[in-house]
Amino acid sequence: MNSTLEQVQAIACDIFGIPSARITADSSPETVETWDSIHHLNLVLAIEEKFQVQLSPEEIQEMKSVGAVAVLVESKLQSSAR
Amino acid sequence: MGAQEIPEHNPAKLRTEIDRLISDGLADSSARRLAELWRCDPATATASFIVSRIGQIRGKVALTKCKLAILRSFTVEPMVPLLCAEAFAYGIDLEVHLGDFNTYVQDLLDPDSSLYRFVPTAVVLAVRTEDAAPDLARDFADLAPASALEAADRVAQSYAQWFASFRQHSQAALIVHSLAPPAVPSLGLLDGQSESGQSGLIRQINRELRRIASGFHGVYLLDYEALVARHGRLRWHDERKWLMARLPIAADCLLHMAREWIRFLVPLTGRTAKCLVLDLDNTLWGGVIGEDGISGIKLGSEHPGASYQAFQRSLLDLSRKGLLLAICSKNNFDDAMEVLEKHPGMLLRPGHFAALRINWSDKEQNLREIAQELNIGVDSLAFFDDNPFEREQIRAALPEITVIEVPQNSLDYAAAVRDCHVFERLALSPEDQQRTAMYVEQRQRAHAEQTFHSKEDFFRFLDQEAEVEPVNEFTLPRVAQLTQKTNQFNLTTRRYTEQQIAEMAVHPDWHIYALRVKDRFGDHGLVGVAISRDEDKQCEIDTFLLSCRVIGRTIETALLAHVASRAAERGCKRLIGRFLPSKKNAPARDFYAQHGFSRQENNGEGSLWTLDLESSMVRAPEWIQLKVNREERIELNP
Repeated sequence: MNSTLEQVQAIACDIFGIPSARITADSSPETVETWDSIHHLNLVLAIEEKFQVQLSPEEIQEMKSVGAVAVLVESKLQSSAR
Repeated sequence: MGAQEIPEHNPAKLRTEIDRLISDGLADSSARRLAELWRCDPATATASFIVSRIGQIRGKVALTKCKLAILRSFTVEPMVPLLCAEAFAYGIDLEVHLGDFNTYVQDLLDPDSSLYRFVPTAVVLAVRTEDAAPDLARDFADLAPASALEAADRVAQSYAQWFASFRQHSQAALIVHSLAPPAVPSLGLLDGQSESGQSGLIRQINRELRRIASGFHGVYLLDYEALVARHGRLRWHDERKWLMARLPIAADCLLHMAREWIRFLVPLTGRTAKCLVLDLDNTLWGGVIGEDGISGIKLGSEHPGASYQAFQRSLLDLSRKGLLLAICSKNNFDDAMEVLEKHPGMLLRPGHFAALRINWSDKEQNLREIAQELNIGVDSLAFFDDNPFEREQIRAALPEITVIEVPQNSLDYAAAVRDCHVFERLALSPEDQQRTAMYVEQRQRAHAEQTFHSKEDFFRFLDQEAEVEPVNEFTLPRVAQLTQKTNQFNLTTRRYTEQQIAEMAVHPDWHIYALRVKDRFGDHGLVGVAISRDEDKQCEIDTFLLSCRVIGRTIETALLAHVASRAAERGCKRLIGRFLPSKKNAPARDFYAQHGFSRQENNGEGSLWTLDLESSMVRAPEWIQLKVNREERIELNP
């Protein structure tokens, strides 16, 4: 199984329409041209769908980079497993 | 057969393969893999990937273009990629136009709105109950019963006004969300006790919308309440997304919403199947008839046979909608027929199938033959077979066929058919509902034909009865339809509208003969048309055609004999015929030569033929009983 970061990166590639080589944990709205508010919503929905989690408005605002999204997903998965 | 021959459904590998196929210029193969990717991983991220790849192969693969406008009172933007990917899986290249938030009323009423400038193929009107009927949705407890009724009436009337305006400004189909009653009504239990409670009134609006929509061509209701209920009301709604992004539908359910819209677009764009071809073992029943025997297979009202019966019931529903069923199965014919004819658990009998291919030949060939026998394109077939190996083979050999992904568990078979949009229809005609019977009669005819030594004996046995009917309000649409649709046995392929036929029918020089044919197996309906025009004692046959259902049964000779004798009765000295060749009408090429006409020098297109009515005649075949309805001319309303 791929790591959470790898899975989040794969989703980000699809959503923002960029090749996997250009996505890292540091990728953010500043570095990814297509990361606008509509694509941000798409990313949120894709993450919720893929990991079967629900994100709160506060959590959605924390999603400021691909790495931050992966950390958030990890903590959501751990708290739901507990 | 082994598992290794079936490609692995691995989304990551498929993505890599798709990009390789695209860069190699193999657009068709990449399109097939894209559809496969969508089947195995239908999700938001996948949809974005597919949309970007459609952009790379657009123009290189055959897709039906469709322009969808969405008028809405909530966020639908994240659904756009899902819509495009789902449409693509049905061979549709979707272009989407989104109306602004809550501008749907202006968009519908203003002839210059961006909606009408977009020139859509179809329009979705998706308005939440809270926006369409705010009084009833929010402040219901404040309303006096009379004002609540009035509010419901007002809502329905505004929809009626929007529909009327839409029909004035657009030819597109309009798909209208019905209103969903609240999950929890304002008055709690009390609401359920009254017909004019909150839920009751909202449902009353829906009934009224249905009635109003049926008064317009191409306005359809989407049963939003049923859709939400099917997937679970509490799961459907996401209050946080609503407050944050005006998106009321949960991430998990967006796909269901998108699919429901595409469900309408498939029949609207004609991407439908006409015939579902089925396997037998482990498909119509559980087990293998050749091994388990008629008493060993699983089929009945109790578990484990019940799931197969439920599947057969879903197939019966298709048959009642005018879809044809056919069998393509590797079995001994007699074993299989014994089950079809005698097994008490079978809901489907031989009479439900328009074509049967129960043999050991390969399925690709059998499917081609079925399409030919039913006179439909291979692309009008859908294929349901529990064997993944057969499915893959057919997908590769006949990519135009709809191959249904069959679930592992037979309990899910019925749902797989019900969820397949290619079987959706938006209207039903009486002919649709008779269709299987007609094909079954056709099969009996073909079977009977083989038992006779000569064609003549077969024709005598058939007992054909041809009846010449007048053109009147009942036959006129069918006469026009035959001129528009008939390709093979059509001497001139001249297409006429109902209006043109109506004008000819009342003109003294023009004569129209509509032919209805019956035989001992059944009624073919109105299947032949001849149109002639008199000029200077000559009668020219303008149109002469026969539906492919009755070609080769000498019906054409009977019709020509009638046209000739009528012309002679009117004092015409010569009968003139023309053959205008088209791509498809070769079967009619020698028609006039075979009936004693002589060919004339001709500078125009096609060939020109004449028959001297004073010295010769066309003899009607003795085995056809020709009846003539003397009221050939009936006044038509202009």
